[in-house]
Formats: sequence, C-alpha cells, structure tokens
Amino acid sequence: MSIEITVLENEAFKAKLATAMQSGSPPDIFQSWGGGVLKQYADAGLIQDLTPALAENGWGDSFNAGPLSLYAVGGKNYGVPWNAGMVGFWYNKDLFAKAGIDAPPATWAELLDDVGKLKAAGITPIAIGEKDKWPGAFWWEYLATRVGGQAAFESAFNRTGKFTDPAFVEAGAKLKELVDLQPFQTGSLGAGYGDQQVVMANGQAAMELMGQWAPGANRSVAENVDAYNASLGWFPFPMVEGGAGSPTDALGGGDGFAVGKNAPPAAIDFVRFLTSVENQTAMAKAGFAVPPVIKGAEAGIDDPLIKELTLTLAKAQYYQLYYDQYMPPAVGAAVNDATQEIFAGTASPEQVAQTIEDSAAFELQP
Amino acid sequence: MAQPSTRAITSAAARRPPIRWGKVATIAGFLLPAAIIYMGLVLLPVAQAVYYSFFRWNGLGPMSNFNGLANYARAFSDRVFVGALSHNLILVVMSLAFQLPLSLGLALLIREIRWGRALFRTIFFLPFVLSEVVTGVVWTFIYRPQGGLINALLKLVAPGMPETALLADPKTVLYALFVVITWKFFGYHMILYIAGLQNIPHEIEEAAAIDGCSRLQALRYITIPLLGSTIRLSIYLSVLGSLQFFDLIWVMTTGGPVSASDTMATYLYKYGFQRFQLGYGSAIAVCLFLICFGFSLVYQRFVMRRDYE
Repeated sequence: MSIEITVLENEAFKAKLATAMQSGSPPDIFQSWGGGVLKQYADAGLIQDLTPALAENGWGDSFNAGPLSLYAVGGKNYGVPWNAGMVGFWYNKDLFAKAGIDAPPATWAELLDDVGKLKAAGITPIAIGEKDKWPGAFWWEYLATRVGGQAAFESAFNRTGKFTDPAFVEAGAKLKELVDLQPFQTGSLGAGYGDQQVVMANGQAAMELMGQWAPGANRSVAENVDAYNASLGWFPFPMVEGGAGSPTDALGGGDGFAVGKNAPPAAIDFVRFLTSVENQTAMAKAGFAVPPVIKGAEAGIDDPLIKELTLTLAKAQYYQLYYDQYMPPAVGAAVNDATQEIFAGTASPEQVAQTIEDSAAFELQP
Repeated sequence: MAQPSTRAITSAAARRPPIRWGKVATIAGFLLPAAIIYMGLVLLPVAQAVYYSFFRWNGLGPMSNFNGLANYARAFSDRVFVGALSHNLILVVMSLAFQLPLSLGLALLIREIRWGRALFRTIFFLPFVLSEVVTGVVWTFIYRPQGGLINALLKLVAPGMPETALLADPKTVLYALFVVITWKFFGYHMILYIAGLQNIPHEIEEAAAIDGCSRLQALRYITIPLLGSTIRLSIYLSVLGSLQFFDLIWVMTTGGPVSASDTMATYLYKYGFQRFQLGYGSAIAVCLFLICFGFSLVYQRFVMRRDYE
C-alpha cells in the first residue's frame, strides 16, 4: 500500500479540490474544514459516509463531541477532525509593554483604547492580510457572535431571522469604530495572509486576530524565532459591553479528513490510525495536531499558550465554525467580500449586512 | 435582361473544373484530426457553457434547476460584474492610448539608432518572455509598502514620506496594474511594429525626403500609413488581450481590494469555481465570449478586411 501525498497552500488547495470535485474524481483522503462545503460534497454523493465506521470499536466515542459535530451533515458523519481550535489574539508582549499596556483588553472598549496607546507609541497595533478577506471576516464574525450570540446566527441561518438583524449591523458598526482608528499596517488591503505572518513574526505589529495555527505559521517566517517565541502572548476575543453572547463563546474550526467516494476501505483504516489516541498525543507533542480532538491526547501539549487556548475552548458553551466554512461557499464568499468593504471604507455596516442577506436569501433554503 | 446573368452562370460553370473526389478525400483526411480537436475542445465547450448558463447549478450532481435568463439578468444587475466589465474597457482604452503609442515610438527610435539595435530590441522584448505569474510576483514585491523598490526609491527622493501602497488602494490599484501590463506587453507590440517597419521600402521614404518632406511629414504621411496593417493587427490583439485579462491580476490582487481590479475573467473564476455557481459562471463566460466574438467580427469586417484583399 502506498500513499501519495499532495501538499498545497490554502488558496491553491481550495481551487484544486473544487476542480477535482467538479470533475467527479475526489481524492481518496482529503483535508476538510467541515460545514457547508462538506455538505455540498455529501449531497452530491462524492464522499463516503463514515457513520458506520465510527460506530465500530468506539472510534466515534474517542473524539471530543464538539469538533466531531462540525463534520456531521443531517445526522451522518462525512468526516472526522484531527485538530480543532479557536480564533483569538496573538500579541507581542514587548510591544504592549512599550505602549504602557499592563493587561490584555477584556472588553471591546479597552481594545480600542489599547489601539490608541499603541499608535501613540509609534507601534502598528494590528497586522492583517486583508487581500485574502477571511482574516478580516474573523473580526466581523466574532463581533456578531459577541453582540448577537448563538441565537442571532442560528435564526439568520435557519431563515427565521436575517443577516440584516441588529446584531449583524452592530457588528459592522463596532468593526468600523476600529477601522476608523487606522490600526493596520500600511497596505493591509493589498497584503495576503503570508504578509501578515511576516509582519507579526518580525515584531512589526503588536497583535493579530488569528487561529491556533498562527504561532506555527509565523515561526516559519520569523528571522529570529527565539525572539518571536519570547514575546508571544495570547488572549481571547474581548467581550462586547451589552452583547447577548457569552464572553466564553468561541469562533473557530479545525482540520479534518474526508474520504472520497472511490477510496478503498484501507483509506478509512488509515484515517482511524491517524486519529488513535497514541498518534494524536504524539502529534500534539510535535505541534501538528494542536489542539487535539481525541480524549486524553491533550496530555501531549507542551506549549503553555496552546494549553491556555485549549482550556478556553473547552469552556466554550457555544462553538461557532467560521461562517465561510459553515455556510454554502457562495454565502461564505459573500461574507468575506462584504466585510472587506468595511476595511476599505466603501460600504456602511447596513450595506454590508444587506449584501450578505441577499446572498443568504438566494442560497439558503428555509 | 436575364441574358447577362445566364451567361455569367454558364461561363462560371464552364470554368469550374470537375470535382476530383480522391483529392477531396485527401483534404478531408488531413483536416479531420484538427477539425475533431477544434470541435471537441472549442465548439463543444462553448455549446455546453451556453447550455449550463440557463441553469442554477453548483457543478456537482445533476442539473435540475432551469432558470432561463435569470443568470444573465443577475449579471447585469450586479454592480461588481458591471464594475469588472468597465475595468476591462478602461484597460482597453488605456492600452490603446498609452501602450501602443509607446511601442510604436520605441520601434521608430530603434530604427533610427546606428548601433546596439539588437541589444535594445532584446532588452525591450525581455519582459514579454517572462511568464505572467513570475511578472506578477516580482511586481508585487516592487509595490510592497514595507521595503518594496518603489517605496525605497521614494524614500531616497523624499525622506519621511509616508509609505504608499498602490495595490491596496481601490482608487489606484487598476492604474498600478496597468503599469505592469504595459511593462509586460509593450515589447511584444514593439516587435510587431519593427517587423512592419522593415517591410516599408526605403526608397519611398527617400523619395519623400528628396521631394522636401520634413521628417515629421514623412512619418505622418508615409511611414504610419504604410504601417497601417500592422497597427490594425496590434490594436486587434491588444483589445482582445485586455478583454480577457486574468493571470497577472489574479496573482497580484485577486481582483481586489473590494473588487476594484476585478475583470470579467477574475469575476468568472470567483463565481464559477470558488462560489460553486457554475451555471452563473457559465453565463458570465458566454457574455465574455459574445463580447470578444462580436468585437472580432465587427473589427475583421470593417477594419481589417482591407488587409486581406
């Protein structure tokens, strides 16, 4: 048995997988974030139902329930996770100290305050690769989660509510407050996530809102990895005063595997092998599967920040998958496109909400 | 009255040689492979795209959701698509107004110089040899606000100047891209013009000079008119290229920020493939095809026809 592995960068991977899927020849095993994209493949019969395999020998029960649920479509599991994390703030402790900030912000107002302090100290407060759009969409989605909570998103998604409901407009308005402070590095609208990594890894900005993979990604482009590690800190997205969402609600997602329709049974065995508690612990220790998704594998985590992130995620009552993964690709892309307009200042929070609602009304079946 | 035309027909029939079927079979045999490839890879996909464009279809599974012309109506009511179309037109106009005159000017200059002609020709042609992706990546670095070449130069000239990010500003991005497009393609048009200039007999320009033409007059009344067929071809290629622009823009900006540099082709890719709306994407492809095809027909019929006769 030989396994041929193709490694692709994020955007290239999405493009290549979409083409392979549209031509009806899915790979045997492929990376998936679950959610709406996976649902489209499942609906088209391009991937295998793993529910029977999960029922065997307690494989399904070995997973943490939250991450596994991201790969469920209509009660069946079409994939399994191998890591799951959350988006939060990765910040440079030295730069925060230099600006006279002693504790990470706990509220949105404090965050805006700190941005002001950093700017006053001549430090670029935030790095963002907004050309890729999803890094900016994280901000809007997190604000909507804090302002509206689980109820706002679920009703908009079920079509009992709308994406023009007050929570989403307010999320845009809050984000606009931040954008108006001009906290980003010069040229952020033309910079990709790769540029964001370079800026953060080399201490040219004080913080970024990014998922659990950020430290690993940044280390790969840091000129001085030790300096990066020494200054690195993490804090969760601050609460929004008066918001309906709980401050522990988490926006995130993880990586997982789905199995193509033509794959031999050995493909499922291989995925089962990758997600055994021994291998998950080993991968967590090596920094791949962080945070891990198999019960007991968190013992493998050494990194205190990742441990903190994992514990924060474990406390989350509500785990929101990134909108662009949870919803069908067209609505996800509309969220990403529309929120970029807030960063560019070309649309009001109301217009942004309306654009997303138009796409949702067209794509989401009630 | 009927007599002349009857005579014409009989004489034409009399002149027509008998059909030699063996020869026809040979010709058909040689044409067949090319014809099959052309039909299978060009005509059939065009027909398929037209068919898909009447459906709401995500590219996966069967097409069951016929929605008539709704995809076309949606395209022309979407400000992003109309924007993309207008960006293509802006690129066409700018290419004709700046890129081609620049190429022509350089071709004329190169003809005048006494030594180093081949050297300059090669230098100017070099960018065209680079792949569009390499060009895009290199120019992305040049435009980078943090330490890119342009900002470094600006800092030398005017220290303390704030960093500029031309690709990150919706107002400047299209023009910044146009600079790259011009850099990439002027050499190609220049080579066309140089080839055209070589076909103009020297005697004509000499005769004009002897008759007392100034150099400007010779250029205006002799050289440029004689270069007409090359200029018409170069305009044709430039317009079609500008209408279909994709690679370079995709690499440098992916059509952003906020769709300010989207072209019809990047829009088509985003909607057809990234958003899984293959029916809608096909409708966009059909629009792009009709625009290019329509331009081609009209231009060939009214402008380039004289070059073939």
